[in-house]
Amino acid sequence: MSNKEKHWQKTKGHMIMTLCLWAFFSMVIFLFGYEINSMSFLGYPLAYYMTAQGSLLAFVIIIFWFANRQEKIDEEFGFGEKED
Amino acid sequence: MFKGGFIQNLPKIYGLYTGGFIVFILMMAIAEQAGVTAKTIGILFVAFTVAIYALIGYLSRTVQVDAYYLAGRQVPTVFNGMATAADWMSGASFVALAGGVYFGGYSYMAFLVGWTGGYVLVSTLLAPYLRKFGCYTVPDFIGTRYGGNGVRFCAVLVLVLASFTYVTAQINATGTIAARALGIPFEAGVWVGLVSILLCSMLGGMRAVTWTQVAQYIVLIIAYLIPVFWISNKIGAGVFPHLMLGDEVARITELEGQFGLAKNSAADMKAAGVPGGLKSIAVAHAGVGAGGMAVWKYISLAICMMVGTASLPHILMRYFTTPSVKSARKSVAWSLFFIFLLYSSAPMLATLSKISLMDPNLPTGIIGKSIADVQSIEWVKQWSSQKQVFIADFNGDGILQLNEWFMRTGVVVLATPEVAGLPYVISGLVAAGGMAAAMSTADGLILAIANALSHDVYYNMIDPKADVRKRLIVARVLLVVIGAAGAYIASMRITSILGAVAWAFDFAMSGLFFPLVLGVWWKRATREGAIAGMLSGLAAGTAYLIYVYPKFLGNPAWLGIDHLRFGLIGAPVCLVVMVVVSLMTKAPDAATQRMVDEVRVPSGKSILGRAH
Repeated sequence: MSNKEKHWQKTKGHMIMTLCLWAFFSMVIFLFGYEINSMSFLGYPLAYYMTAQGSLLAFVIIIFWFANRQEKIDEEFGFGEKED
Repeated sequence: MFKGGFIQNLPKIYGLYTGGFIVFILMMAIAEQAGVTAKTIGILFVAFTVAIYALIGYLSRTVQVDAYYLAGRQVPTVFNGMATAADWMSGASFVALAGGVYFGGYSYMAFLVGWTGGYVLVSTLLAPYLRKFGCYTVPDFIGTRYGGNGVRFCAVLVLVLASFTYVTAQINATGTIAARALGIPFEAGVWVGLVSILLCSMLGGMRAVTWTQVAQYIVLIIAYLIPVFWISNKIGAGVFPHLMLGDEVARITELEGQFGLAKNSAADMKAAGVPGGLKSIAVAHAGVGAGGMAVWKYISLAICMMVGTASLPHILMRYFTTPSVKSARKSVAWSLFFIFLLYSSAPMLATLSKISLMDPNLPTGIIGKSIADVQSIEWVKQWSSQKQVFIADFNGDGILQLNEWFMRTGVVVLATPEVAGLPYVISGLVAAGGMAAAMSTADGLILAIANALSHDVYYNMIDPKADVRKRLIVARVLLVVIGAAGAYIASMRITSILGAVAWAFDFAMSGLFFPLVLGVWWKRATREGAIAGMLSGLAAGTAYLIYVYPKFLGNPAWLGIDHLRFGLIGAPVCLVVMVVVSLMTKAPDAATQRMVDEVRVPSGKSILGRAH
């Protein structure tokens, strides 16, 4: 397998992992919205907190993490960009 | 003081600008104490900020194609994040979001998750690859990847449909705010709004829009956060509301139990003369509906908004302006961070607003008080006269019940400062913030449409030999024409029949999401597949919208898929048709395959040059 193909394999894997995290915070937890709302976080009902703030914050963190790790993958295969 | 170029000095320039804006707010506060009228302060706020944007727009004028279309590809990561956040957060986000949460509760907040979660799709699937491609517009990518003017034209069609649905609502919002702040009729306000919008974009295209959007973001975020923090501290709810409103949420739930959450029948409301569009609280603030349908309604709305976000051209094109692929990726993260600052505050504002009105222990509480007393409160008088709030004594007991108090959704943001007894200068600030939010989004949308028509339709299809000067003149003329068309429709006040902002997301999702994503992620996708997918997705989505929307055919929604969610019909049709037709047609040639390989690697030259 060429260097390019390996890079793309790893990029795809990273994309799928990121989207799994995304699906968890955007959909999976809200499948159980009614059930988790009796739990409490920072004094808020949990499902209310997640939709008002928690999932939003999770998305911000996920994208920063995604971008940093993708940069490392690019550098590993010699496809990193020069600083500009 | 300013060594080096413009880009190196950006933090200093915008730092000074922010400082200047805060000094301006303080001056207005002093003026208010000195007895300047509320009306004058409102006019000064809107006029001053719009004049600054126009100045930035003028200073950013350009005669170069890559500056006009791509802001010269030199917008730094964080600043592009701010510009995207302003581009993204519309007048509706600013004015109506907190009100939506206030009245809609948990199920409405699917919009919050949808409008933020979509950025994960943008950063993983699209933004870095489109940046590597180096296109000027979204149809530019589609047209080059799949090859040919037919497919390019289909992409332009989806873009115009999605963006135009959105832009009239924005011009409408600028008109409403300008009319109120300047004290002129709405019809005139719309044209004042349009002129302000065009001043920002006409001379400098993307470059001018970028630098005004950064300035607009700063104004709108200051205008949104100051009231939230101020009110929270004033009523003793907590120094940092986002982390400390748990008790208030619990208290609202307790009060809801005490007052009772009653839904008024349409007949009762009509008999009492409640003006259209005004609502009473009928949904629990923090409660979650039980059952499979409630879950499906929530998740299906979130999916539509997320996938729609990742297909809206005016957002995607912001990531064409960064210096590198790496910075495009990071820039998505910063965009979402800046959006998060406002979106996470909207539910807090809704909570503060609700508790201020509901809690009888607070001096601002009105529910449970005598109606005669409530009607003599200054802000109630003022907003009633504008038909923004309304009291209907259904049970005739002279006491204001929870279901007898009606408000328009926008009032939550616009009136809460007054309700909580903040000085008028804050209301002026909020008006300036709403104007900034509506203008920045309108600018982004009009530019997206005008660029697609000038670059993709005029330059690529009609006159490929046109020189730079002619291309830019055409681009500017189109900008004015599209803006005027939007303003004309907005001034006819028929936006309500054009439907909700959510439609733009569903249109974009039906026609563009899969052709864009598969263009990068599936080499086998062919031109015929893309054309068939775009047209059938758009047709299926539109047909279903007509089938289900109450003002059109008004049939019962299938599986709860109503007119806000018609993308759930369009996008799958688009995917299936695109895959089937692609597999039936000849695989793309070797050159196209190599191009896709190149797009997937961040290093190296972009596929399309700086000037093309």
